[in-house]
Amino acid sequence: MGLLDKEFNDSNIVIAKMEDVMNWARLSSLWQLSFGLACCAIEMMAASASNYDFDRFGVMPRPTPRQADVIIISGTVTLKMATRIKRLYEQMPDPKYIISMGSCANTGGPYWEHGYHVLKGIDRIIPVDVYVPGCPPRPEALFEGLLKLQEKIRTETIRTKNKKTA
Amino acid sequence: MTAEEIFNLLKEKFGDSILEMVTDVPTEPIISVEPLKINLITQFLRDSDELQFNSLMNLSGVDDNNVQKVKNEDGSFSSTDGTLSVYYHLDSLELKHKITLKVSTNRNNPEVESVTDIWHSANWHEREAFDMFGIKFNNHPDLTRILMPYDWKGFPLRKDYENPEFYEGMKIPY
Repeated sequence: MGLLDKEFNDSNIVIAKMEDVMNWARLSSLWQLSFGLACCAIEMMAASASNYDFDRFGVMPRPTPRQADVIIISGTVTLKMATRIKRLYEQMPDPKYIISMGSCANTGGPYWEHGYHVLKGIDRIIPVDVYVPGCPPRPEALFEGLLKLQEKIRTETIRTKNKKTA
Repeated sequence: MTAEEIFNLLKEKFGDSILEMVTDVPTEPIISVEPLKINLITQFLRDSDELQFNSLMNLSGVDDNNVQKVKNEDGSFSSTDGTLSVYYHLDSLELKHKITLKVSTNRNNPEVESVTDIWHSANWHEREAFDMFGIKFNNHPDLTRILMPYDWKGFPLRKDYENPEFYEGMKIPY
């Protein structure tokens, strides 16, 4: 029968695929880089606070890129900031993920035409895993994005992981 | 004090440095003055007992968009220099009167005296006017870009500004 019929009396063995266990561990404790840019960051903070409670998905802010798994680009990315974001991203250890939150981070948003100082989409400098549309997206939308990212991590294999560029 | 009284007082004190006053504007009347005398004039406006303009509410640069094409005698075209302006919105919290000052300067070599010694709040405002329009404020303690990156080329709010294609390898246009 199953694994639990010995009721933990003997020393137990759980048989699982290495990939599954790794993916499960990764997707269950995604520590986000504590980092906000604009009005989207306010929604992100609301998502972290007690009403919405991001922590129930294992997401908690980490104020150093060296211990963060996911960076949420929450707001307008100016060209001046873009160079800093690139550096922060490069300081994060693999595996690392990016959620692009809101219209500005996705495509430049309302600054797409006359924003001489705005990067028109964060994917021009770093590879994005999940795009969350909205201006700004509600916390529920950010959760949806996170769940999509978890889905994506769940299907990862060690093989494709090595192929991942950037 | 009314705007006319302020204008006459300045005219008496500074003569030709005070150019004109425009009153048919929706805000406070605007007094135009010489850009290289603005520090002396504002010093007087702040320290005079009758005026006591102790607050610089705002300082902003403006591109007057007045470059004109002129047809030369031989049929070729050349353009006039045009001007960049700086507006100073002053308020007296003591005497409860307000006035706007304006200086205009050649856009090819825009030079204005700094008023940071008179109102410290002018420091960042002047840096912004420098950042966006390239107006040079003489005797400013730290005239560097305040918003754009230090190595940015050009002045974004000038009417003839053209955005570069790339900045540090990042494509700028949509």
